[in-house]
Amino acid sequence: MVRERLNSQQLRPPVFAVMLISAAALAYEILLMRLFSIIQWHHFAYMVISLALLGYGVSGALLSLAHRWTSPHFAGLFVANAALFGVSTVVCFLFAQRLPFNTLEMIWDLTQWTYLLWSYLLLFIPFFFAANSICLAFSRFDAQISRIYAFDLMGAGLGALGIIALLYWLSPEAILRWLGVAGLLAAVFALWEMNAPRPWRIAPWVLIPAVLLSLLPHDWFVLQLSQYKALSQTLQISGARLLSQTSNPMGVLSLVANDRIPFRLAPGLSLHNPHEPPEQLALFIDGDAPTAITRFTGDKHEIGYLDYQTSALPYHLAKPDRLLILGLGGGSGLLQAKYHDVERIDAVELNPRIIELLTLTHADFSGWPQLQIGTSIHEAEARGYISSHDDRYDLIQVSLLDSAGAGSAGVHALNEGYLYTREALQDYLIRLTTDGMLSITRWIKLPPRDGLKLFATAIEALRESGVEAPDQRLMMIRGWNTSTLLVKKRPFTVQEIADMLTFCDSRAFDTVYYPGMHASRANRFNILQQAYFYEGATALLGNRAETYQAEYKFQIEPATDDRPYFFNFFKWESLPEILSLYRRGGFSLLELGYPVLLLTLLQAITASLVLILLPLWAFRQKGKLNLAGYHWRVGGYFLAIGLAYLFIEIAFLQKFILFLAHPIYAVAVVLCGFLIFSGVGSFYSQRIVNGKLFHSLSRAMLWLIAITLLYLQILPDLFDHLADLPGAAKALVSLTLIAPVAFLMGLPFPLGLSKVAARAPRLVPWAWGINGCASLLSSILASLLAIHLGFNLVVIAALLLYLGIGLIPLEKA
Amino acid sequence: MFAAKRLSLPALFVPLILIAILATAGRGLADESHAQRRAEMIHLIEADVRRTSVYLKRSALDPRVLEALAQVPRHEFVPSSEVSRAYQNRPLPIGHGQTISQPYIVAIMTDLLGLEAGARVLEIGTGSGYQAAVLAALDTRVWTIEIIEPLGLEAAERLQRLGYDRIETRIGDGYYGWPEQAPFDAIVVTAAADHIPPPLIKQLKPGGRMIIPVGGRFQVQQLVMVEKTTEGKTTTRQILPVRFVPLTRAD
Repeated sequence: MVRERLNSQQLRPPVFAVMLISAAALAYEILLMRLFSIIQWHHFAYMVISLALLGYGVSGALLSLAHRWTSPHFAGLFVANAALFGVSTVVCFLFAQRLPFNTLEMIWDLTQWTYLLWSYLLLFIPFFFAANSICLAFSRFDAQISRIYAFDLMGAGLGALGIIALLYWLSPEAILRWLGVAGLLAAVFALWEMNAPRPWRIAPWVLIPAVLLSLLPHDWFVLQLSQYKALSQTLQISGARLLSQTSNPMGVLSLVANDRIPFRLAPGLSLHNPHEPPEQLALFIDGDAPTAITRFTGDKHEIGYLDYQTSALPYHLAKPDRLLILGLGGGSGLLQAKYHDVERIDAVELNPRIIELLTLTHADFSGWPQLQIGTSIHEAEARGYISSHDDRYDLIQVSLLDSAGAGSAGVHALNEGYLYTREALQDYLIRLTTDGMLSITRWIKLPPRDGLKLFATAIEALRESGVEAPDQRLMMIRGWNTSTLLVKKRPFTVQEIADMLTFCDSRAFDTVYYPGMHASRANRFNILQQAYFYEGATALLGNRAETYQAEYKFQIEPATDDRPYFFNFFKWESLPEILSLYRRGGFSLLELGYPVLLLTLLQAITASLVLILLPLWAFRQKGKLNLAGYHWRVGGYFLAIGLAYLFIEIAFLQKFILFLAHPIYAVAVVLCGFLIFSGVGSFYSQRIVNGKLFHSLSRAMLWLIAITLLYLQILPDLFDHLADLPGAAKALVSLTLIAPVAFLMGLPFPLGLSKVAARAPRLVPWAWGINGCASLLSSILASLLAIHLGFNLVVIAALLLYLGIGLIPLEKA
Repeated sequence: MFAAKRLSLPALFVPLILIAILATAGRGLADESHAQRRAEMIHLIEADVRRTSVYLKRSALDPRVLEALAQVPRHEFVPSSEVSRAYQNRPLPIGHGQTISQPYIVAIMTDLLGLEAGARVLEIGTGSGYQAAVLAALDTRVWTIEIIEPLGLEAAERLQRLGYDRIETRIGDGYYGWPEQAPFDAIVVTAAADHIPPPLIKQLKPGGRMIIPVGGRFQVQQLVMVEKTTEGKTTTRQILPVRFVPLTRAD
């Protein structure tokens, strides 16, 4: 009754409510990534959230089936869907985190897969309701699609920016609650915005849950960490207590003390180490990867153990006057340098909270008053710092900060990282003094993976820097769980080699490679079945390096800035053998990241096909598909723009990460920039093309292609020239560069959808659903393409798609 | 509900007695089937070892190790919810974020220690107590330390109940080993460690072996074996628990 009266009035499109829902939905997506990275692991988060976005596809499919029924009930349905979106954001997550799901057990236990399915089903619900609201608006106000889409995009842009700002300010679980409230408020707001009659009669039904949500006890929101995360395990030990917990977009930092059973975090310590580490605090990021903050009283003898790690090697070859530490972490690299009396130290750390812990809140414990003499700490990203400073160093130390556990399961495989690419190593070498050295320590995996990949990267970096004999400038040693690689600008001297041998012999470390090394010096202390490291290193230096890489069962070709996947070691050829061993102790040979990505893609493709074809089948059953193939054109068009949009957005994000020198700011600037300028594009789309869709849109697409190709050419040099700019100026430059591209990318969707609305209104939700499925497929495909072909080719693929849509006429039958 | 109140006492007792009889018979049956499943598990491990030919420089495990595994009632070492899966060749959760290791890995680790009867073994990380029980079944004396108190208490009670009187348990920090009982012929460090505690190396007898599984709770990546020569020098061997060479053509 109320609903009928609602619809009897002249309704206005609830564009601001759409904007708010869209903002909340995008914020929710980013928030879920954070929440699941905290309670579970990143790769799982990626899979669940990617598939939850199928909510957009399901929404499109269902609404296209119910098209006739939804239109007259628009106002009520819009409000209901917005409200349900609000409620389900909170409720679905709270249920999902209570599932007894354990990713680690998935290979052993098939029931874990049903929990995974439940996670999908639960988390897809909020996106489904959000997508419904927006799609309903498109269908009901088909003459104003450009305007609604503009608000939708701008909302998403603001959502991206807002969530990042909020994550600096509130804990993720607190934000979850307020996102739910935001959804409900959007529903209330829509009542007035739509000009619904007597909105106060419905408003209480939405406001009551909003009040309830904001009053829910805090206990309900407490995050349930997997009991297998390092933090959960540490807190089980008697005497362990959580000292502090802070959160920002980079992660939740937990600091744990234990007065009864001390922490002794010292990766790769020699068996011959006679010193027990002093008291330590354990620092966890997202409940994993513990590093130590070690008590330092100023007495060097107490930290003697640091001289028994493989990373201490460079100090035994030469005493550096100036040292750069990339990755401060808990500060053990800094302590190690102080132990070796280094006087001038620059240390770079991205996370300001870590710097605070070390230099402020726990300064007395960390010995900061002593450490700060001659030390400067820079809050920056490693590559960004290197490219914006001209200082030269005698030693650059790249710290070992990721956790062994996570690395070994291959879960970082899909994290783009610019620390260990060929270009990164070249940059480090440029910043060295004539006799300077670069030192990189990594965890050891068996059979060797990152150690050899890094070695291959160093060889290439040296060659690219014009060195003809890289074999004279490399040195690598290993203990039982860490390896340290030294790259020197000039050849190593005989004395340096002798010092290295003394260092290794006294600590039972093995030499992997040094100039003039004989095979008999390999594999003596930490004995492997074969001298894999030595054999690998010499093969990579020899003429058959390419054959060796091809025949190696893991992917050890160097990562580059265009293909920044250092941690991806997966090779198809090895899969059958590894699968045959996986329950017999061979599981760690499987590098999970890539298969998870592929599995996600397969699931997404299957679900998308069902969602796209099901409505068509239903139309045909009802005899309502009399469009002479028009629907295929619509399908192709929206599939193409859905794929292309995110291809470009993701590839540009990667390109701007290096320039903006901060992954979080880059996400904020790039996502927000793309979405908002595309929103502007959508807003003006009708005026720009003025009804002549075919010719004008294709012309617009040619402009887009031309500008983007120009960017691919000029961006690297432009970024190099502007590397010294302050952060805000860089953000402004980035937004200026993004604006024209994003503006043009905002045209095809509203123009296409308006045409479809005029010719076949039933296909509007269907097209929306396809666009949703395509966006989801796009983000997964972009990673896959980038792993194999690089991000430049991801951009080219997108441009081809944009070229293609210019050729698909939607207004003609 | 209300009808039950009117039932006489004997009427209540009869079903109870019946249940008790059935339960006892069931228990007998269950024990038998546990034994059978344990035997199947041993066959599986043997087959796996043969197939993957682990890096032991031989293709079969010491028969004594397999006998020991055949003796230990693994179903007694898992939570009641996991009993039905106790003899699957896989790690199982035992609460507190800990697991009972995969029997295949337990077999390989025990074999690598090369224990003689009467050997003195130290274990860091009691967990459920299963590894300690397997070691004790080889006629060794075992000292085992657990860092998580409730887990340690449970394991101690369980080992006592099952009659493992050659195992001594303790709750606390494993870093310093068990100096009163040192030196040991073998040390097993099942608790995760990013370095090998020097006190443990000291407590290893010349000629003794220490074994450390490295990896996550549900997968072992490698086994690190520390050997102390009769002259007191130490070396480590890093062992993949499977036969796998990294190069396609290499062997």
